[in-house]
Amino acid sequence: MANQSSLGLEKLRASTVLKEAGLASLVALVLALPLIGFRTVGGGDGLSFEFRWEALVVSVVIVFLGRSLVTAMHGVWRLNRFSLPGFQRFGSVIERRQVLLILGIIVLALLFPLMPEVDRRAVDLATLVLIYVMLGWGLNIVVGLAGLLDLGYVAFYAVGAYTFALLGTVYDWSFWGCLPIAGAVAAMFGILLGYPVLRLRGDYLAIVTLGFGEIIRVVLTNWVALSGGPNGIAGIPRPTLFGLEFTRRTREGHSFHEYFDLPFSGDHRIIFLYYVILILALITNIFVLRIRKLPIGRAWEALREDEIACRSLGINPVNTKLSAFALGAMFGGFAGAFFASRNGFISPESFTFIESAIVLSIVVLGGMGSQIGVVLAAAAIVLLPEALREFSEYRMLVFGLAMVLVMVWRPRGLLAHRRPTLMLNPSRPIAPK
Amino acid sequence: MTVSELLRVEHLTMEFGGLVAIEDLSFSAAQGEITAIIGPNGAGKTTVFNCLTGFYKPTVGRLTFSVLGRDPVYLERMEGFRIARAGVARTFQNIRLFPAMSVLENLIVAQHNELMRASLFSVAGLLGLSRYRDAESGAVKFASQWLERIGLLPDADRQAGELPYGDQRRLEIARAMCSKPTLLCLDEPAAGLNRNESAALNKLLRNICDTYGIGILLIEHDMSVVMNISDHIVVLDYGKKISDGSPVSVRHDPRVIRAYLGEEAECDPGAVEPGLSC
Repeated sequence: MANQSSLGLEKLRASTVLKEAGLASLVALVLALPLIGFRTVGGGDGLSFEFRWEALVVSVVIVFLGRSLVTAMHGVWRLNRFSLPGFQRFGSVIERRQVLLILGIIVLALLFPLMPEVDRRAVDLATLVLIYVMLGWGLNIVVGLAGLLDLGYVAFYAVGAYTFALLGTVYDWSFWGCLPIAGAVAAMFGILLGYPVLRLRGDYLAIVTLGFGEIIRVVLTNWVALSGGPNGIAGIPRPTLFGLEFTRRTREGHSFHEYFDLPFSGDHRIIFLYYVILILALITNIFVLRIRKLPIGRAWEALREDEIACRSLGINPVNTKLSAFALGAMFGGFAGAFFASRNGFISPESFTFIESAIVLSIVVLGGMGSQIGVVLAAAAIVLLPEALREFSEYRMLVFGLAMVLVMVWRPRGLLAHRRPTLMLNPSRPIAPK
Repeated sequence: MTVSELLRVEHLTMEFGGLVAIEDLSFSAAQGEITAIIGPNGAGKTTVFNCLTGFYKPTVGRLTFSVLGRDPVYLERMEGFRIARAGVARTFQNIRLFPAMSVLENLIVAQHNELMRASLFSVAGLLGLSRYRDAESGAVKFASQWLERIGLLPDADRQAGELPYGDQRRLEIARAMCSKPTLLCLDEPAAGLNRNESAALNKLLRNICDTYGIGILLIEHDMSVVMNISDHIVVLDYGKKISDGSPVSVRHDPRVIRAYLGEEAECDPGAVEPGLSC
């Protein structure tokens, strides 16, 4: 400790601070020169440059002052990182009260649409959050458990959505009948993608999966005969409650409001959709929690930790990885089918790379492998841009800033706390050291 | 105990581009015996292990692994995980545990294939059938027996990565044993251990060999381990076998002394034994 504090005091020296700040402002100058220093002006005779030296100087000065301040504060606080007091133990508190917390969240989620001040828009937004929660839980199998960085998860979401959209519009199949098919087709695509990339890890895998995601989207955009191209597919059937439709009038049979003798309201469908995705997401969660404790789940985690050791223990890395890809993709496919059914219309626009990036950041922010973390992160990532709608010009900026802050405070995600899948003495708390 | 041949290596050659790491190496290892492979740094000892366990495909050679009552298999044709399933387990020079998983989980993962069958490839496990639950509690029991034997039972639920170095070494051996092998390949198990730990390791290895009647193949630098517990020693130098036999005969083999101490060695061969300094 004594050593550290003397190091901290050393950092306070003016020369160190100036050097740090000088270096940072130099970088800022190089970056800001093209980004801020020039501006193109459309004049009468084509484009011309306008130089903005004042803005350039101001930005460099801001960086200089900011960096000096940060360096100085590091010295004063004798800390290399910001620390949020109390938050470090947040994860373990959640861990201990897990059952209570989960029950609380489930009850809250069940009652949510029935609360008095919750309107149609809020339920719709909650549905969107739950779609991302489900996608996050599905991707957690691939990224969190098996440790395979997948940047093309949206491809499986798209495959699920288009599978249902095509079966529903062309063959008039119902949502519930198509749901397993959409999952199976997406799982098949997961294996199809998984096979060529088995040998790849980390960054290389990320690049190939990213490419796969784009291929699916480009194919959907250009194969007009199958997918309708950029026009997408409209008139996708809505989910029904045991055959009861949520429309004012039905072609045959009853609709929901007639059967229960209620006045027709568009809200019924919104609330019903909310419950459908809630149940789908809960099924995903239970499945992931259970499979983590099975040999296959442990093999995924072992594969993430050390593939060579796995092979020396007789674990088939090919099958293990493919099963992770397939199961992850399957839940992506379920979510995709739900998405298509909820919107009634899909087009390749909905399946761009940014969706993959959002789902991946939900998993990473939540803490790899953490189930509750995914819920918190999904809520934050979907609701933050909504809340900042008034400052729409700055919302990506705030979004980025929030991500950076979380990574500084909690580099391993909001709730990164791994609990062993089986314990010899479950009652005894594990001593941290 | 009848001595039967477990592993026979014939004319093993491994080339990396122009570099010949192992040249025409033949030896055998018997069931119920500890066979040590020794040699100076870079002699190709770990390469032999990597060929045996399927991490390298040998350029030339036949590796016959024959367990009593089963057809012999040829390891050079098999993939790494199939070799492990056939009954060859190994540890690594730089320990390869699953550091973020608990000590117990490390030993359960080693019993993966058995549990996978018991869970009917996850179906029975997902449904929570008793068939799987029984298999799992059996696996936990087996693992705890091993934890007790290596003295890590109180640490069962700790993260494997935070154990002290010596404990990690022993855990890796226990993990290899949990895969129920017939041949256990240990790559420098005593590296980094102090005198007491090293003595405890000797006892453990001898004990494994005698109780389970399996064969142990050992790469080691620590001569106190090699000379005390090996039944049979193979000495490599520059990828070639220079000596093969019992500890006593190897210790007095002039070629071995030359390989370790250089051409002009003029010292008592007995002094070679502890720590290899003259």
